Amino acid sequence: MSASLERLAGLLRKEALQIMRDPSALAIAFLLPAMLLVLFGYGVTLDPHNVPLAVVVERPDALTESFVAQLRGTSYFTPESFLSIQAADRALHSRQVSGIVWLRENFTRRVLSSGGAPIGVFVNGVDANTARLIEGYLQQVWAKWLVARGRSLGSARGLPIEVEPRVRFNPAVSSRDYLVPGLIALVMTLTGALLTSLVIAREWERGTLEALMATRATIQEILLAKLVPNFVLGMGGMLATLVLAVTLFGVPFRGSLLVLTGASALFLLAALGMGLLISSVARNQFVAGQIAVIATFLPAFILSGFVFDIGSMPWGIRLLTHIVAARYFVAILQSEFLAGNLWSVIAPNAVALCVMAVVFLGAARLRARKRLD
Amino acid sequence: MSSESEPPPALRLENVSHTFTAGGRALRALEDISTRSARGAVTGVIGPDGAGKTTLLRLVAGLLRLQRGRLEVFGVDVARDPDGVRRRIGYMPQRFGLYEDLTVRENLDLYGKLQNVAPAERDARDRELLHMTGLGPFMNRLAGRLSGGMKQKLGLACTLVRVPMLLLLDEPTVGVDPVSRRELWEILAHLVHAERLTVILSTAYLDEAERCQRVLLLHQGRLVGAADPASFTAAAYGRSFHVSVSGLGKRQLQERIARVPGVIDATIQGAFVRVVTESGVQLTSVALPPKSGPLHILSVPPRFEDSFVTLLKSIRASSGSRPPVQPRGGAERAMRSAGATTARATRASGQDAVIIAEELTRRFGNFVAVDGVSFTVRRGEIFGLLGANGAGKSTTFRMLCGLLPASAGTLRVAGFDLRRAAASARGRIGYMAQKFSLYGDLSVLENLRFFASAYRLEGPRRRARISWAIEEFELAPRAQDVSRELPLGFKQRLGLACALMHEPDILFLDEPTSGIDPLARREFWWRINALAESGVTVLVTTHFMEEAEYCDRLAILAQGRVLARGDPESIKDRARSAARPEPTLEDAFIALLQAVPQPSAA
Repeated sequence: MSASLERLAGLLRKEALQIMRDPSALAIAFLLPAMLLVLFGYGVTLDPHNVPLAVVVERPDALTESFVAQLRGTSYFTPESFLSIQAADRALHSRQVSGIVWLRENFTRRVLSSGGAPIGVFVNGVDANTARLIEGYLQQVWAKWLVARGRSLGSARGLPIEVEPRVRFNPAVSSRDYLVPGLIALVMTLTGALLTSLVIAREWERGTLEALMATRATIQEILLAKLVPNFVLGMGGMLATLVLAVTLFGVPFRGSLLVLTGASALFLLAALGMGLLISSVARNQFVAGQIAVIATFLPAFILSGFVFDIGSMPWGIRLLTHIVAARYFVAILQSEFLAGNLWSVIAPNAVALCVMAVVFLGAARLRARKRLD
Repeated sequence: MSSESEPPPALRLENVSHTFTAGGRALRALEDISTRSARGAVTGVIGPDGAGKTTLLRLVAGLLRLQRGRLEVFGVDVARDPDGVRRRIGYMPQRFGLYEDLTVRENLDLYGKLQNVAPAERDARDRELLHMTGLGPFMNRLAGRLSGGMKQKLGLACTLVRVPMLLLLDEPTVGVDPVSRRELWEILAHLVHAERLTVILSTAYLDEAERCQRVLLLHQGRLVGAADPASFTAAAYGRSFHVSVSGLGKRQLQERIARVPGVIDATIQGAFVRVVTESGVQLTSVALPPKSGPLHILSVPPRFEDSFVTLLKSIRASSGSRPPVQPRGGAERAMRSAGATTARATRASGQDAVIIAEELTRRFGNFVAVDGVSFTVRRGEIFGLLGANGAGKSTTFRMLCGLLPASAGTLRVAGFDLRRAAASARGRIGYMAQKFSLYGDLSVLENLRFFASAYRLEGPRRRARISWAIEEFELAPRAQDVSRELPLGFKQRLGLACALMHEPDILFLDEPTSGIDPLARREFWWRINALAESGVTVLVTTHFMEEAEYCDRLAILAQGRVLARGDPESIKDRARSAARPEPTLEDAFIALLQAVPQPSAA
């Protein structure tokens, strides 16, 4: 046993030295997550902001003016006046504007008489996601304006205004608040699966693994020596992302650090299992990198519910998300950050992560042989 | 287990076969190998690339599952107790298995811990190993920053941190400078003598066979010979000669001798043609042109390679495959018909320099890869750059091809200054890269067509060149085959055909024959000789001494500098002494290297 510990210590020391000396490992562990964080924190946002909007008012008066002012007053849109719907349409075609708001000549009359919704809205549907966002926010602006009109006109007129603000696109909370927590899952996938499989593939390429296998080191020791340092790196990446998210981006954290750490550890073990499994198939860094990106990173991105809602996926894809470990982790992450310790969410997802960690690590151990074939 | 009275041999193989399957195709790597190796001796596993050397060593080390047969190391069955075998062996894979981002000390520490060497013993052992390998001053240097020779010794030291019963070394000397090679052999001899170590090593260098107590000759996965090298070589005794004729070029002479029936091998060695004949064959029947002098025939002691070539030829003959081609001026004919007559004419008229390198220097940051290298190559000459890995050969080569700008110095190729007109110069150059650099997924014919297009050959010329290549290099039988699956020698022929597609005046060959079997190497050099005869200038890099013998002139490189320049004989002269009247090129190389101050630890 002590002989085994001695070998393990030797291997661990070697891994630590290599990580410290290899800029690419540190880049994957810390630089890439930081880049992703900045990218998602600043660049990618699902809130509309200064969306160019064409406004066509066929018969301008005080009422239409007040609606346009309401539009102008939000940070969501930058309205631009067009004289005719045709001109606005051309602007939409040439992508000068992303949508058109059309107040017909009977606008004022109909608002005053029935309080209906007589505005025409055209949205460029090429980018379906943005289109739906614009639509949602326009409804919000419209509803607010109606409330304001109702107040200024006074209930004496008996205007039957009933506002039903349909909160469909997270209007209060910025999208950053749920994207950034999900990033932790991506960061850990990078270190757990991508970095691990790359590092082992490099040992295959350089022939050092072959040399290790001919020594007394057992396959458990060799695997463990790869697991431990990458586990530490992954947890470090998680912690760094958490700190940055809370301090730099002001993302709320409502859960407990203990639960988050536990769930992260489970997920990281599953990701490391994947990484080890990949490296038992891929013996050069190029193939290992490709498999890791396709089998772990992209699913963690697309199928985890991190950006795209799982509930709105077709059932086949929805079924597929169940074998993506990141799915369970993202659910826990979003609960921890946005809602707090919701045990009804955390417990089942943690169990799923546990199962996946056991399956992947077990499969990696079964596949690993102290042999080259 | 084996018999009770005597201890089991170090290694025993019985009917060992191994098959790899790749892409649904089965590839026989080893076929029915049975042999045994005695304790306390060096056994060399010798053969070209793809012969099965590495597979054999990996099977012994328990790194591959034994598929068929029986394999025992000191009586321990590798299939039943692979860990038991691993406890008895030290194994160094190809490229030494070192962690290049760890220092010398850290590498030694790691392997010490992995082999559970007790800390008390480790210090003493480390000192011993460092003394033996001369690595002491480099303890804190990263392994990746060591020279090839030092890496090799560190790799060896790492496998020896615990004294194994059996030391397995996979190609420990490939690409390493000759001094380090010789030092490794001295270390091994010492270990075998002092520690009763048993060593099994593989090598592609045939001259190393003579240093082994026993050799296993592998060819295409079969064991074609197992004997002590002396008795193996003795079979060729009295049949090896150096032949020369005044007034006739060595290449013409070689071509004529090769036509004599009963001549097994005729290679150029320095100023001579080295000939191996069947027993009782007279060389007097060589057809000589009227004006040349008489034949000088000198009987010389046989080399290991003579016997190996004899053996390979008899295997080829008995397996019914066609005899090796000797293109009797075929390439020459083709080149001439394609307009190389002018080249010959100019060659006859003057010794004009086609490649001129003056004080060529290339730096990468602080590291000077090539340091003031000068040489000139004349038209129709075969010029060699000889040196170990890391000596600066490849960097020089890339500058010559216009692929890498020089940091300083001038470089003219075919009259073009490479700083200004690299593209124009490249049109006159044919380049065959180290390893197989053609498209493995394309068929032979598709590769030829692609290169014809790449060189912008069109219409009748394109058709003519492609059919020339197919005929000249005998590619027709496998023209439709995917080139990745061709044997190494065939790939190399295809590579040469592609490099010659646009009828270049200058041919650059980067390590052209490393790893291919001696027969294929001879075939290749026949073609190169014919090309040179037709006026093509050939520049070749190599770390094979025997390849350097084919060159008219050569430059020996070490640490980015030219150590010596001249024809092989004059370089050998530098090492000639009363004690060594017939030095080899390697002897000369070693003498030159030893005259250079060694790099310090700083």
